[in-house]
Amino acid sequence: MSEPAQLEFRTAIRDALAEEIERDPDVVFFGEDVAAAGGVFKATPELHERFGEERVFDTPISELALAGAAFGAAVTGLRPVFEVMFGDFMALPMDSLVNQAAKFWYISNEQAPVPLVVRSAVGGGGRFGAIHSQFHATWFQGVPGLKIAAPSNPADAKGLLKAAIRDDNPVIFLEHKRLYSVKGPAPENGDVVPLGQANVVREGSDLTIVSIAKGVPDSLAAAEQLAADGIDSEVIDLRTLRPLDLETVLRSVEKTNRVMAVEEGPRLGGWAANLVGALAAEALHDLDDAWVVATGETPIPYSPPLEDRFIPTPDSIAAAARERASSRG
Amino acid sequence: MSDVDLPVDGPTGEGESAAPDATAQAGTRPALDEPARFVQGFERMVLIREFEHEIHRLFLKGEVHGTTHLSAGQEAVPVGVCMALEPSDYVAGTYRGHGHALAKGTPPEPLAAEMLGRATGVCGGRAGSMNVIDLEHGLVGCFGIVGGSIAAATGAALSAKRKGGVAVAFFGDGATNQGYFHECLNFSQVLRLPVVFVCENNFYGEFTPMHQVTAGAAISARGAAYGIPARVVDGNDLLAVEQAAAEAVAVARSGSGPSLLECQTYRHYGHSKSDPATYRPKGELESWLERDPLVVTRARLVEAGVTDERLDEAAERAKETMARAADAALAAPYPDPEREGASEFAP
Repeated sequence: MSEPAQLEFRTAIRDALAEEIERDPDVVFFGEDVAAAGGVFKATPELHERFGEERVFDTPISELALAGAAFGAAVTGLRPVFEVMFGDFMALPMDSLVNQAAKFWYISNEQAPVPLVVRSAVGGGGRFGAIHSQFHATWFQGVPGLKIAAPSNPADAKGLLKAAIRDDNPVIFLEHKRLYSVKGPAPENGDVVPLGQANVVREGSDLTIVSIAKGVPDSLAAAEQLAADGIDSEVIDLRTLRPLDLETVLRSVEKTNRVMAVEEGPRLGGWAANLVGALAAEALHDLDDAWVVATGETPIPYSPPLEDRFIPTPDSIAAAARERASSRG
Repeated sequence: MSDVDLPVDGPTGEGESAAPDATAQAGTRPALDEPARFVQGFERMVLIREFEHEIHRLFLKGEVHGTTHLSAGQEAVPVGVCMALEPSDYVAGTYRGHGHALAKGTPPEPLAAEMLGRATGVCGGRAGSMNVIDLEHGLVGCFGIVGGSIAAATGAALSAKRKGGVAVAFFGDGATNQGYFHECLNFSQVLRLPVVFVCENNFYGEFTPMHQVTAGAAISARGAAYGIPARVVDGNDLLAVEQAAAEAVAVARSGSGPSLLECQTYRHYGHSKSDPATYRPKGELESWLERDPLVVTRARLVEAGVTDERLDEAAERAKETMARAADAALAAPYPDPEREGASEFAP
């Protein structure tokens, strides 16, 4: 069977960058090993050669300087995109992103926007250990003024990154390592995917599964397993964690009355528990059941059997749904 | 020896005391070919001094809230540096930043109104004393976390490199022990960014003497490690600051990259409103008051042929300007929480 034009996730990232650098002379892209080397995950090859040192350049390993410089450049007329290689490294530029970039629009009394994007490779399953595997979105979800996007497929990777670069706010953009080699349908006409709109990727009537990034294909695989058991699942890809499209989830829950939020991260303080809380506050009358599938409450282990048990998988997601269905009738 | 030029115009900052150094009177002096500019600079220094005294009074009356960090005693640094800049150039200031804003051109009335939390404040009362932003006058921001200004100016220089202009970071001696300082000096030199790093060395990081917590001989020497030209400047002498800044700004405009100026000065008040500065050795403040930047600058200008009468008139104008600004700021309304209409995101 022949497929429509296929796009690899890492190529989608590269194409989005190339198209936006081409489109807007104020867009610049920099980071550690992003230019000459083309990125350690090979997500940004040939951009340096194509656009030159003025637009695409390598930097020192100085995350605080990178983020601070991006902030200063963004409020003075550039649209910087920079890479913090692994999301875990985002602990270093926290001050610049949280205390400078995120607050500027509001405390300046809206004098100027802060159009910057920081891209990082995130997530577990790659045997990178505790400090190169985190899905760090929740470090930032409680910070007003920041947007957080995490695509689940190549078309969204391109469309969301293009939207992030065009957005006039600081955007934290998360690329799951285990998705870089995934191929999927190319977007039509280079479509931009707006930030803040969740996507119903599978329709169903018995259960709503909500996730983001790699959790979405895992939830879709789980939904296929559940369908064989007679459980018809709706799967929602949040696409962004801030702003959070609660409306789309509420509409689904109104229909299914059951919701399972799947997070690659700890339950306590996570986005999934927060989402379930918001659903309870808004629509308790629609809910027969609501729960969270998350990781354990330890750092991410290295050893393959330990890591495989730690992170939600299609099997563990489906098992959680079956167990919940049987215990609740 | 480093191949980096480290001319010394003033006190070296070495040794255990923060007392002003007699050698500050020595060194080369700029020719005063444009006295009117320097009289204006003197007037701006007096305005900053009056502004800080007024904020101090208003704080004691309960009109300024939270905390505030006053820069009285340090006025020559921002004024001298900003005299070397164009209106379109950028500066980033610190939480002791009232002088940075006034020197770059923020009018005193909206600045005072910001301190008072009023709707007419330069940031509508949303920012307060520590976080003032005034892009219309090139003030990228004042930063409440030590060292933040260094990165913001580095970023503004990234824009300036493409679009023209120069960026200046003001920061204190304490910031030179932050990662921001070291990362951004390296980053900006590697990229040859048009930025001038201006350290206002007032010899205290909050309550702690600089020499207790700062390794190495002098802050200026840290420039050499990055191949960045650096110099020590008498930060209480407007003419010396302006000359050093003009040279550093010229280097930046020529595309040759960053410079570091260690401007040695002293704050007359404590660190913040909760600090009576009892940690200062007896007599230290008094010896610095003898080298008050208003006294030093006045003497330099008189020596250059400006009359005392002309300087008195400038000072009087500044005092009247500040009195009017304070009255207007106090008469301004508070923001109405019911009508604030804040948006989290830019559209």
